[in-house]
Amino acid sequence: MSITPSPGTIIPKIKKYTIESLLKEGIRADGRKLNEIRRIKIIPNYIERAEGSSLVELGSTMVLVGVKTDIVPPFPDTPEEGVLVVHAEFVPLASSTFEPGPPDENALELARVIDRSLREVKVIPLDKLVLEPKKHVWRIFVDIYVLNHDGNLYDASMLATMAALMNTKLPKAVKDEDTDIFIIERNERTTPLDINYKVVTVTIAKINQTIIVDPNYEEEQLASARLVVAVDDQERIVGMQKIGMGYFTYDEVEKSIKLALEKSKVYLNELENSVRRESTKE
Amino acid sequence: MLREMDKQKSSAEIKLIEWIEENGERIPIRHDGRRYDELRPISMKVGVLENADGSAFVEYGRTRVIAAVYGPKEAHPRHIALPDRAVIRCRYHMAPFSTTERKSPAPTRREIELSKVIREALESIIIVELYPRTLIDIYMEVLQSDGGTRTAAVTAASLALADAGIAMRDLVAGVAVGKVEGVLVLDVDEEEDMYGEADMPVAMAPSLHRIVLLQLNGVLSHEEFREALNLAKKGIEAIYKMQKEVLLSKYTEISKEEVE
Repeated sequence: MSITPSPGTIIPKIKKYTIESLLKEGIRADGRKLNEIRRIKIIPNYIERAEGSSLVELGSTMVLVGVKTDIVPPFPDTPEEGVLVVHAEFVPLASSTFEPGPPDENALELARVIDRSLREVKVIPLDKLVLEPKKHVWRIFVDIYVLNHDGNLYDASMLATMAALMNTKLPKAVKDEDTDIFIIERNERTTPLDINYKVVTVTIAKINQTIIVDPNYEEEQLASARLVVAVDDQERIVGMQKIGMGYFTYDEVEKSIKLALEKSKVYLNELENSVRRESTKE
Repeated sequence: MLREMDKQKSSAEIKLIEWIEENGERIPIRHDGRRYDELRPISMKVGVLENADGSAFVEYGRTRVIAAVYGPKEAHPRHIALPDRAVIRCRYHMAPFSTTERKSPAPTRREIELSKVIREALESIIIVELYPRTLIDIYMEVLQSDGGTRTAAVTAASLALADAGIAMRDLVAGVAVGKVEGVLVLDVDEEEDMYGEADMPVAMAPSLHRIVLLQLNGVLSHEEFREALNLAKKGIEAIYKMQKEVLLSKYTEISKEEVE
């Protein structure tokens, strides 16, 4: 059951008015322009134990993603495809509004929106993750770990997911002919994961009638609704989700999508740069 | 390991669009004989449950959803109440026999997400300020699923709210638009959803020109998105008209009885 949440953090009226009146003049309380994304920092291979990982900072929002793999029998309806699992954890140390326990509807929604954005456009060619059709396929776990919540968890999580997948290397798997079981040699990571397309999400928030990109925590609290638009490197829209109790008009949706398509390039560039830096390091 | 009801596209060779010649034009016909902008046969009924304060039954083709509203009532447990508005509690649920394979009655991740997006679609439409410290429960049960269940559920929930006499700014109607073999189609069924390239559920408050639910699973260009949204709008307006008629007919029938 989904229930109207009680307001997480109460924003003082004077602050609310300040933010709103600044927005009318086209400025944001933290000094950004309406269409400006906060500073992005991507650290790939942050967790050596994981097959792939990255830490992403978006302003002071911080998300860590780790990729782990194992070998399982495929699903009966897709015997020649690997398995992709996306899971998000809003750990309580990230915000006073997060509680320990199983993922709530917000964490579930985030994981599912990211899962769909990856799946629909086939970011990972799952048919290449088959060791033995109908019997043994790779299962890729993407675990999203939110470490600090200062708004826009979607864009930060998607960036971290993408960066982690891009540096994921599958370990060596050797079949034991007697038992018909694949043994994973975790210390020998050999095959980089294939990536078809790069996908990012761009979150647009609506405060009164103003449309802004990359809302911080306070802005999210004041926003009546958000639109998460997933865009790939071919400039296609590969997913969308309206979030929040408010609504969008046609014009607002149109404006939001234009903005999202434009701003997706900023995220995609950052992804590219982080990969390039990583490869020159090696 | 059980998998959620999520669609998994296989590279099936199933053909869902047939092109025919009509007045010198090539026209797409869908696997069930519909045109691209045609809704399935839709039927609605309000006041179908005795115990609920408001209820509705909605059919989009073979998709069948029943919705019930209880409230506004005393908020229990007490701490969930809000001082300046009603609290809305929303549950979208699929019956175990509603799908091809039995669905476990326990709420799946998908149902938890949909309960949230449906609640958020109704929040800005119900005039919650009129009922402070109370609770409004909205229950939706998918009895049979054939695509477009969340949009049928929103349509039913909004009718049930109206039937319960809860103040609203408008009705909410929903429909899913899809892209199948390159063609944008209105009111996708399960087959089209499974094998199509995109599925976009939309719900609107038509008189207020508000989009209250918008999701996209799949791939669309910007231009296709615009077209899809227009197609959805067209379908929603037709459904909205039916909603108003069914509500009106219930009350005209009652007043007739009173006269007799």
